[in-house]
Amino acid sequence: MNPMELVRARPGASRTVTFDGRPLAALPGQTVAAALWAAGVTAWRSTRGAGRPRGVFCGIGVCFDCLVTVNGRPNQRACLVPVRPGDVIRTQEGTGRDDD
Amino acid sequence: MVGAACALYAARSGLDVRVVDRGPVAGGTTGAGEGNLLVSDKEPGPELRLALLSARLWAELGDELGAAIEYEPKGGLVVASTPGVLAALRDFAAGQRTAGVTAEPVDADRLPELEPHLAPGMAGGVHYPQDAQVMPALAAARLLRASGARLHPGHTVTGVLRAADGTVYGVRTDRGDIHAPAVVNAAGTWGGDLAALAGVRLPVLPRRGFVLVTEPLPRTVRHKVYAADYVADVASDSAALRTSPVVEGTAAGPVLIGATRERVGFDRSLSLPAVRALAAGAIGLFPFLERVRALRTYAGFRPYLPDHLPAIGPDPRAPGLFHACGHEGAGIGLATGTGRLVAQALTGKTPELDPAPFRPERFDTDGGDAR
Repeated sequence: MNPMELVRARPGASRTVTFDGRPLAALPGQTVAAALWAAGVTAWRSTRGAGRPRGVFCGIGVCFDCLVTVNGRPNQRACLVPVRPGDVIRTQEGTGRDDD
Repeated sequence: MVGAACALYAARSGLDVRVVDRGPVAGGTTGAGEGNLLVSDKEPGPELRLALLSARLWAELGDELGAAIEYEPKGGLVVASTPGVLAALRDFAAGQRTAGVTAEPVDADRLPELEPHLAPGMAGGVHYPQDAQVMPALAAARLLRASGARLHPGHTVTGVLRAADGTVYGVRTDRGDIHAPAVVNAAGTWGGDLAALAGVRLPVLPRRGFVLVTEPLPRTVRHKVYAADYVADVASDSAALRTSPVVEGTAAGPVLIGATRERVGFDRSLSLPAVRALAAGAIGLFPFLERVRALRTYAGFRPYLPDHLPAIGPDPRAPGLFHACGHEGAGIGLATGTGRLVAQALTGKTPELDPAPFRPERFDTDGGDAR
Protein backbone atom coordinates (compact mmCIF):
# COMPACT_ATOMS: atom_id res chain seq x y z
CA MET A 1 0.00 0.00 0.00
CA ASN A 2 1.12 3.55 -0.67
CA PRO A 3 2.23 5.03 2.68
CA MET A 4 0.24 8.19 1.99
CA GLU A 5 -2.96 6.19 1.73
CA LEU A 6 -2.01 4.41 4.92
CA VAL A 7 -2.07 7.66 6.90
CA ARG A 8 -4.79 9.23 4.74
CA ALA A 9 -2.46 12.11 3.83
CA ARG A 10 -3.70 14.78 1.50
CA PRO A 11 -0.55 16.75 0.64
CA GLY A 12 -0.67 19.93 -1.38
CA ALA A 13 0.43 20.19 -4.97
CA SER A 14 3.87 18.84 -5.70
CA ARG A 15 6.70 21.17 -6.65
CA THR A 16 9.71 20.62 -8.84
CA VAL A 17 13.31 20.44 -7.67
CA THR A 18 16.35 19.18 -9.52
CA PHE A 19 18.81 16.47 -8.55
CA ASP A 20 22.05 16.62 -10.53
CA GLY A 21 20.12 18.53 -13.19
CA ARG A 22 17.24 16.03 -13.42
CA PRO A 23 13.78 17.37 -12.43
CA LEU A 24 12.05 15.57 -9.55
CA ALA A 25 8.61 16.06 -8.04
CA ALA A 26 8.61 16.77 -4.31
CA LEU A 27 5.69 17.17 -1.92
CA PRO A 28 5.31 20.07 0.48
CA GLY A 29 6.77 19.18 3.87
CA GLN A 30 9.09 16.51 2.53
CA THR A 31 12.70 16.62 3.45
CA VAL A 32 15.34 16.46 0.73
CA ALA A 33 16.01 12.87 1.77
CA ALA A 34 12.33 11.93 1.57
CA ALA A 35 12.00 13.48 -1.88
CA LEU A 36 15.10 11.66 -3.11
CA TRP A 37 13.96 8.35 -1.67
CA ALA A 38 10.49 8.80 -3.20
CA ALA A 39 12.25 9.26 -6.55
CA GLY A 40 14.25 6.07 -6.02
CA VAL A 41 17.54 7.81 -5.22
CA THR A 42 19.26 6.24 -2.21
CA ALA A 43 22.83 7.60 -2.47
CA TRP A 44 23.81 11.24 -2.94
CA ARG A 45 27.24 11.63 -1.42
CA SER A 46 30.63 9.99 -1.82
CA THR A 47 32.93 9.69 1.19
CA ARG A 48 36.06 11.80 1.59
CA GLY A 49 38.50 8.91 1.81
CA ALA A 50 37.46 6.06 -0.44
CA GLY A 51 34.65 7.72 -2.41
CA ARG A 52 32.04 5.23 -1.14
CA PRO A 53 28.33 5.99 -1.70
CA ARG A 54 26.23 7.35 1.17
CA GLY A 55 22.59 8.23 1.75
CA VAL A 56 20.30 8.20 4.79
CA PHE A 57 21.55 6.28 7.80
CA CYS A 58 19.95 7.57 11.00
CA GLY A 59 17.33 9.76 9.36
CA ILE A 60 17.06 12.03 12.42
CA GLY A 61 19.92 14.49 12.01
CA VAL A 62 22.45 12.82 14.26
CA CYS A 63 24.87 10.85 12.11
CA PHE A 64 25.76 13.37 9.38
CA ASP A 65 25.91 10.56 6.83
CA CYS A 66 23.26 11.95 4.46
CA LEU A 67 25.11 15.19 3.65
CA VAL A 68 24.22 16.75 0.35
CA THR A 69 24.75 20.01 -1.53
CA VAL A 70 21.58 22.14 -1.73
CA ASN A 71 21.56 25.39 -3.69
CA GLY A 72 25.35 25.45 -3.73
CA ARG A 73 25.71 24.92 0.02
CA PRO A 74 27.48 21.65 0.89
CA ASN A 75 27.08 19.49 4.01
CA GLN A 76 23.33 19.93 4.41
CA ARG A 77 21.67 17.06 6.26
CA ALA A 78 19.22 15.77 3.67
CA CYS A 79 17.09 14.20 6.40
CA LEU A 80 16.42 17.58 8.06
CA VAL A 81 16.31 20.15 5.25
CA PRO A 82 12.78 20.66 3.86
CA VAL A 83 12.55 20.89 0.09
CA ARG A 84 11.50 24.21 -1.38
CA PRO A 85 10.28 24.73 -4.93
CA GLY A 86 13.18 25.06 -7.35
CA ASP A 87 15.85 23.68 -5.02
CA VAL A 88 19.01 22.65 -6.84
CA ILE A 89 20.21 19.45 -5.18
CA ARG A 90 23.54 18.00 -6.18
CA THR A 91 25.52 14.90 -5.29
CA GLN A 92 28.26 15.87 -2.87
CA GLU A 93 31.75 14.63 -3.59
CA GLY A 94 34.01 14.48 -0.52
CA THR A 95 33.88 17.70 1.47
CA GLY A 96 31.79 19.34 -1.24
CA ARG A 97 34.22 22.21 -1.28
CA ASP A 98 36.57 21.34 -4.08
CA ASP A 99 35.43 24.45 -5.93
CA ASP A 100 36.19 26.83 -3.04
CA MET B 1 46.06 9.34 27.62
CA VAL B 2 48.41 9.85 30.55
CA GLY B 3 47.49 6.41 31.86
CA ALA B 4 48.11 4.84 28.45
CA ALA B 5 51.53 6.48 28.24
CA CYS B 6 52.38 5.31 31.78
CA ALA B 7 51.32 1.79 30.77
CA LEU B 8 53.45 1.91 27.63
CA TYR B 9 56.66 3.13 29.24
CA ALA B 10 56.20 0.97 32.33
CA ALA B 11 55.67 -2.11 30.18
CA ARG B 12 58.70 -1.23 28.08
CA SER B 13 60.71 -0.99 31.31
CA GLY B 14 59.86 -4.63 31.87
CA LEU B 15 56.95 -4.25 34.28
CA ASP B 16 53.75 -6.27 34.21
CA VAL B 17 50.99 -3.67 33.76
CA ARG B 18 47.23 -3.69 34.16
CA VAL B 19 45.05 -0.74 33.24
CA VAL B 20 41.82 -0.21 35.18
CA ASP B 21 39.29 2.26 33.80
CA ARG B 22 35.73 2.80 34.95
CA GLY B 23 34.70 3.59 31.37
CA PRO B 24 35.95 2.65 27.92
CA VAL B 25 39.35 3.73 26.58
CA ALA B 26 39.45 7.54 26.30
CA GLY B 27 36.00 7.79 27.88
CA GLY B 28 36.89 10.49 30.41
CA THR B 29 39.34 13.36 30.31
CA THR B 30 41.14 12.20 27.15
CA GLY B 31 38.08 11.85 24.96
CA ALA B 32 37.28 15.52 25.44
CA GLY B 33 40.80 16.62 24.52
CA GLU B 34 41.93 18.28 21.33
CA GLY B 35 45.27 16.54 20.93
CA ASN B 36 47.49 19.57 21.26
CA LEU B 37 51.17 18.80 21.71
CA LEU B 38 52.32 22.34 22.43
CA VAL B 39 55.57 23.83 23.58
CA SER B 40 54.59 27.28 22.27
CA ASP B 41 52.20 28.18 25.09
CA LYS B 42 54.58 27.38 27.94
CA GLU B 43 56.91 29.77 29.70
CA PRO B 44 60.39 28.57 30.69
CA GLY B 45 60.19 26.31 33.75
CA PRO B 46 59.35 22.77 34.78
CA GLU B 47 56.26 22.43 32.58
CA LEU B 48 58.19 23.50 29.49
CA ARG B 49 60.99 21.04 30.29
CA LEU B 50 58.39 18.30 30.53
CA ALA B 51 56.80 19.50 27.28
CA LEU B 52 60.14 19.38 25.43
CA LEU B 53 60.85 15.84 26.70
CA SER B 54 57.29 14.86 25.75
CA ALA B 55 57.60 16.37 22.27
CA ARG B 56 60.70 14.28 21.65
CA LEU B 57 58.96 11.11 22.83
CA TRP B 58 55.85 11.89 20.76
CA ALA B 59 58.07 12.23 17.69
CA GLU B 60 59.45 8.74 18.40
CA LEU B 61 55.94 7.38 18.76
CA GLY B 62 55.02 9.23 15.60
CA ASP B 63 57.73 7.29 13.75
CA GLU B 64 56.46 4.07 15.28
CA LEU B 65 52.67 4.53 15.05
CA GLY B 66 52.41 7.48 12.66
CA ALA B 67 49.15 7.68 10.76
CA ALA B 68 47.38 5.33 13.20
CA ILE B 69 47.40 8.06 15.85
CA GLU B 70 47.13 10.93 13.35
CA TYR B 71 50.43 12.34 14.59
CA GLU B 72 51.12 15.52 12.66
CA PRO B 73 54.27 17.59 13.37
CA LYS B 74 52.59 20.58 11.78
CA GLY B 75 54.07 23.32 13.95
CA GLY B 76 52.32 26.17 15.66
CA LEU B 77 51.82 29.75 14.58
CA VAL B 78 51.07 32.37 17.22
CA VAL B 79 49.87 35.66 15.80
CA ALA B 80 49.62 39.12 17.31
CA SER B 81 47.02 41.61 16.18
CA THR B 82 48.77 44.76 17.39
CA PRO B 83 52.40 45.93 17.65
CA GLY B 84 52.10 46.01 21.44
CA VAL B 85 50.98 42.38 21.66
CA LEU B 86 53.65 41.44 19.12
CA ALA B 87 56.40 42.99 21.25
CA ALA B 88 55.21 40.99 24.27
CA LEU B 89 55.01 37.83 22.17
CA ARG B 90 58.55 38.31 20.84
CA ASP B 91 59.85 38.80 24.40
CA PHE B 92 58.06 35.65 25.50
CA ALA B 93 59.56 33.74 22.55
CA ALA B 94 63.06 35.02 23.32
CA GLY B 95 62.76 33.57 26.82
CA GLN B 96 61.53 30.28 25.39
CA ARG B 97 64.51 30.11 23.01
CA THR B 98 66.93 30.23 25.93
CA ALA B 99 65.03 27.22 27.32
CA GLY B 100 65.50 25.18 24.16
CA VAL B 101 62.36 26.02 22.19
CA THR B 102 62.61 26.70 18.48
CA ALA B 103 60.69 29.94 18.04
CA GLU B 104 61.07 31.81 14.76
CA PRO B 105 59.74 35.37 14.47
CA VAL B 106 57.55 35.84 11.41
CA ASP B 107 57.03 39.30 9.93
CA ALA B 108 53.54 40.37 8.94
CA ASP B 109 54.26 40.12 5.21
CA ARG B 110 55.40 36.50 5.58
CA LEU B 111 52.33 35.30 7.51
CA PRO B 112 50.35 34.48 4.31
CA GLU B 113 53.12 32.08 3.21
CA LEU B 114 52.51 30.05 6.37
CA GLU B 115 48.72 30.53 6.54
CA PRO B 116 47.19 31.76 3.28
CA HIS B 117 43.72 32.23 4.76
CA LEU B 118 44.77 34.15 7.88
CA ALA B 119 43.03 37.49 8.45
CA PRO B 120 44.96 40.39 6.94
CA GLY B 121 46.31 43.18 9.10
CA MET B 122 48.07 41.10 11.77
CA ALA B 123 51.16 42.76 13.26
CA GLY B 124 53.25 39.59 13.03
CA GLY B 125 53.77 36.26 14.70
CA VAL B 126 56.08 33.53 15.92
CA HIS B 127 56.41 30.10 14.31
CA TYR B 128 56.97 27.08 16.60
CA PRO B 129 57.97 24.03 14.50
CA GLN B 130 57.99 21.74 17.57
CA ASP B 131 54.23 22.01 18.09
CA ALA B 132 52.37 18.93 16.91
CA GLN B 133 49.03 17.17 17.09
CA VAL B 134 47.55 13.71 17.65
CA MET B 135 44.03 12.37 17.72
CA PRO B 136 43.72 11.70 21.47
CA ALA B 137 41.32 8.74 21.51
CA LEU B 138 43.27 6.94 18.79
CA ALA B 139 46.55 7.71 20.51
CA ALA B 140 45.34 6.36 23.85
CA ALA B 141 44.02 3.19 22.23
CA ARG B 142 47.15 2.60 20.14
CA LEU B 143 49.54 3.25 23.02
CA LEU B 144 47.60 0.81 25.18
CA ARG B 145 47.75 -1.82 22.47
CA ALA B 146 51.47 -1.22 21.94
CA SER B 147 52.03 -1.56 25.70
CA GLY B 148 50.64 -5.09 25.77
CA ALA B 149 49.10 -4.21 29.14
CA ARG B 150 46.03 -6.11 30.26
CA LEU B 151 42.97 -3.86 30.16
CA HIS B 152 40.10 -3.79 32.63
CA PRO B 153 37.63 -1.34 31.09
CA GLY B 154 34.33 -0.91 32.88
CA HIS B 155 35.95 -1.53 36.26
CA THR B 156 35.39 1.24 38.78
CA VAL B 157 38.06 1.63 41.43
CA THR B 158 36.22 1.78 44.75
CA GLY B 159 39.19 1.62 47.08
CA VAL B 160 42.96 1.63 47.31
CA LEU B 161 44.26 -1.35 49.28
CA ARG B 162 46.71 -0.40 52.01
CA ALA B 163 48.49 -2.71 54.45
CA ALA B 164 48.70 -2.04 58.18
CA ASP B 165 51.93 -0.11 57.68
CA GLY B 166 50.25 2.08 55.07
CA THR B 167 51.85 0.47 52.04
CA VAL B 168 49.64 0.37 48.97
CA TYR B 169 49.19 -3.15 47.57
CA GLY B 170 46.51 -2.80 44.94
CA VAL B 171 43.04 -1.51 44.20
CA ARG B 172 39.53 -2.66 44.98
CA THR B 173 37.14 -2.47 42.04
CA ASP B 174 33.43 -3.09 41.74
CA ARG B 175 34.41 -6.36 40.08
CA GLY B 176 37.08 -7.62 42.42
CA ASP B 177 40.48 -6.74 43.87
CA ILE B 178 43.62 -6.35 41.80
CA HIS B 179 46.87 -6.72 43.72
CA ALA B 180 49.98 -4.83 42.67
CA PRO B 181 53.05 -3.47 44.44
CA ALA B 182 52.56 -0.11 42.72
CA VAL B 183 49.41 1.81 41.79
CA VAL B 184 49.53 4.78 39.41
CA ASN B 185 46.76 7.36 39.72
CA ALA B 186 46.11 8.54 36.16
CA ALA B 187 42.45 9.39 36.72
CA GLY B 188 42.63 12.79 35.05
CA THR B 189 40.05 15.21 36.35
CA TRP B 190 38.99 12.62 38.91
CA GLY B 191 42.56 12.14 40.18
CA GLY B 192 41.70 13.93 43.42
CA ASP B 193 38.92 11.43 44.12
CA LEU B 194 41.23 8.50 43.55
CA ALA B 195 43.85 10.04 45.82
CA ALA B 196 41.17 10.43 48.48
CA LEU B 197 40.43 6.70 48.24
CA ALA B 198 44.04 6.17 49.27
CA GLY B 199 43.59 8.64 52.12
CA VAL B 200 45.77 11.39 50.64
CA ARG B 201 44.84 14.85 49.45
CA LEU B 202 45.45 15.98 45.90
CA PRO B 203 43.42 19.10 45.05
CA VAL B 204 42.61 18.36 41.38
CA LEU B 205 39.75 20.55 40.16
CA PRO B 206 37.87 20.80 36.85
CA ARG B 207 38.24 23.70 34.43
CA ARG B 208 35.60 23.40 31.73
CA GLY B 209 36.33 23.83 28.06
CA PHE B 210 34.18 23.76 24.95
CA VAL B 211 35.54 22.81 21.54
CA LEU B 212 33.71 23.66 18.31
CA VAL B 213 33.88 21.17 15.44
CA THR B 214 33.27 22.37 11.89
CA GLU B 215 32.13 20.47 8.86
CA PRO B 216 35.01 18.67 7.12
CA LEU B 217 37.06 20.90 4.85
CA PRO B 218 39.92 20.42 2.45
CA ARG B 219 43.22 21.22 4.17
CA THR B 220 42.82 24.97 4.73
CA VAL B 221 44.45 25.64 8.10
CA ARG B 222 47.99 24.33 8.04
CA HIS B 223 49.35 24.96 11.55
CA LYS B 224 47.99 25.20 15.04
CA VAL B 225 47.08 28.85 14.92
CA TYR B 226 46.21 30.98 17.86
CA ALA B 227 46.31 34.56 19.03
CA ALA B 228 49.03 35.67 21.43
CA ASP B 229 46.38 36.41 24.08
CA TYR B 230 45.96 32.64 24.51
CA VAL B 231 49.09 32.30 26.61
CA ALA B 232 47.77 34.82 29.10
CA ASP B 233 44.48 32.92 29.29
CA VAL B 234 46.17 29.58 29.92
CA ALA B 235 48.17 31.00 32.79
CA SER B 236 45.20 32.90 34.15
CA ASP B 237 43.77 32.21 37.59
CA SER B 238 40.45 33.76 36.70
CA ALA B 239 37.31 31.72 37.20
CA ALA B 240 35.43 33.76 34.59
CA LEU B 241 35.04 32.69 31.00
CA ARG B 242 38.12 33.19 28.87
CA THR B 243 38.13 32.45 25.16
CA SER B 244 41.13 32.85 22.94
CA PRO B 245 40.69 30.32 20.19
CA VAL B 246 43.19 27.81 18.93
CA VAL B 247 42.33 26.83 15.35
CA GLU B 248 43.58 23.65 13.76
CA GLY B 249 42.72 21.37 10.89
CA THR B 250 42.54 17.61 11.49
CA ALA B 251 43.45 14.58 9.43
CA ALA B 252 39.74 13.73 9.19
CA GLY B 253 38.83 17.13 7.76
CA PRO B 254 36.94 19.07 10.44
CA VAL B 255 38.55 22.17 11.88
CA LEU B 256 38.69 22.20 15.67
CA ILE B 257 38.22 25.50 17.44
CA GLY B 258 39.15 25.35 21.07
CA ALA B 259 38.83 26.11 23.76
CA THR B 260 37.06 28.08 26.41
CA ARG B 261 38.24 28.12 30.00
CA GLU B 262 35.78 28.37 32.86
CA ARG B 263 35.61 27.19 36.42
CA VAL B 264 32.06 25.99 36.84
CA GLY B 265 32.57 22.61 38.47
CA PHE B 266 31.40 19.55 36.56
CA ASP B 267 28.57 21.37 34.78
CA ARG B 268 28.18 19.91 31.27
CA SER B 269 25.36 22.14 30.07
CA LEU B 270 26.02 23.95 26.82
CA SER B 271 27.00 27.59 27.21
CA LEU B 272 25.97 29.51 24.12
CA PRO B 273 27.94 32.65 25.11
CA ALA B 274 31.06 30.49 25.41
CA VAL B 275 30.81 28.81 22.01
CA ARG B 276 29.69 32.06 20.41
CA ALA B 277 32.81 33.79 21.70
CA LEU B 278 34.91 30.90 20.38
CA ALA B 279 33.36 31.16 16.95
CA ALA B 280 33.82 34.92 16.85
CA GLY B 281 37.45 34.63 17.87
CA ALA B 282 38.14 31.97 15.26
CA ILE B 283 36.52 34.07 12.53
CA GLY B 284 38.76 36.93 13.67
CA LEU B 285 41.77 34.76 12.86
CA PHE B 286 40.33 33.07 9.75
CA PRO B 287 37.52 35.11 8.14
CA PHE B 288 36.60 32.26 5.76
CA LEU B 289 35.25 30.34 8.77
CA GLU B 290 32.26 32.67 8.69
CA ARG B 291 30.94 30.63 5.75
CA VAL B 292 31.69 27.28 7.41
CA ARG B 293 29.17 25.45 9.52
CA ALA B 294 29.91 24.22 13.01
CA LEU B 295 28.62 20.67 13.26
CA ARG B 296 28.83 20.19 16.96
CA THR B 297 30.53 21.15 20.14
CA TYR B 298 31.93 19.05 22.94
CA ALA B 299 32.92 19.84 26.46
CA GLY B 300 35.48 18.46 28.83
CA PHE B 301 37.08 19.19 32.17
CA ARG B 302 40.75 20.01 32.41
CA PRO B 303 42.23 18.62 35.60
CA TYR B 304 44.07 21.50 37.20
CA LEU B 305 46.06 21.83 40.36
CA PRO B 306 46.39 25.16 42.19
CA ASP B 307 49.89 25.89 40.86
CA HIS B 308 49.03 24.76 37.30
CA LEU B 309 51.61 21.96 37.38
CA PRO B 310 50.79 18.25 37.27
CA ALA B 311 51.37 15.76 40.07
CA ILE B 312 53.89 13.17 38.91
CA GLY B 313 55.75 10.53 40.88
CA PRO B 314 55.66 8.62 44.15
CA ASP B 315 53.50 9.81 47.01
CA PRO B 316 55.49 9.56 50.27
CA ARG B 317 52.22 9.72 52.21
CA ALA B 318 51.15 6.37 50.74
CA PRO B 319 54.14 4.22 49.77
CA GLY B 320 53.40 2.34 46.55
CA LEU B 321 51.05 5.03 45.24
CA PHE B 322 52.23 7.10 42.28
CA HIS B 323 50.43 10.02 40.67
CA ALA B 324 50.22 11.06 37.04
CA CYS B 325 47.41 13.59 36.81
CA GLY B 326 46.53 17.26 37.04
CA HIS B 327 47.97 18.32 33.67
CA GLU B 328 45.21 20.85 33.08
CA GLY B 329 44.80 21.43 29.34
CA ALA B 330 48.13 19.89 28.40
CA GLY B 331 47.59 16.27 29.37
CA ILE B 332 47.74 14.83 25.87
CA GLY B 333 50.95 16.69 25.10
CA LEU B 334 52.59 15.98 28.46
CA ALA B 335 51.49 12.34 28.58
CA THR B 336 54.64 10.84 27.09
CA GLY B 337 57.09 12.66 29.34
CA THR B 338 54.88 11.87 32.32
CA GLY B 339 54.78 8.19 31.37
CA ARG B 340 58.54 8.15 31.02
CA LEU B 341 59.05 9.82 34.44
CA VAL B 342 56.58 7.47 36.11
CA ALA B 343 58.25 4.42 34.56
CA GLN B 344 61.63 5.66 35.78
CA ALA B 345 60.22 6.20 39.27
CA LEU B 346 58.62 2.75 39.26
CA THR B 347 61.89 1.06 38.31
CA GLY B 348 64.16 3.16 40.53
CA LYS B 349 66.01 4.74 37.62
CA THR B 350 67.33 8.27 37.60
CA PRO B 351 64.58 10.54 36.28
CA GLU B 352 65.23 12.23 32.98
CA LEU B 353 64.38 15.62 34.43
CA ASP B 354 64.04 17.04 37.93
CA PRO B 355 60.70 15.75 39.30
CA ALA B 356 60.72 17.99 42.39
CA PRO B 357 58.28 20.63 41.02
CA PHE B 358 55.73 17.86 40.37
CA ARG B 359 55.84 16.31 43.87
CA PRO B 360 52.28 15.18 44.64
CA GLU B 361 52.52 16.07 48.32
CA ARG B 362 53.59 19.67 47.67
CA PHE B 363 50.16 21.07 48.53
CA ASP B 364 50.53 19.76 52.07
CA THR B 365 54.12 20.80 52.64
CA ASP B 366 54.42 24.05 50.68
CA GLY B 367 51.75 26.02 52.48
CA GLY B 368 48.56 24.53 51.14
CA ASP B 369 46.86 25.54 47.93
CA ALA B 370 47.91 29.16 47.82
CA ARG B 371 49.78 30.05 44.73
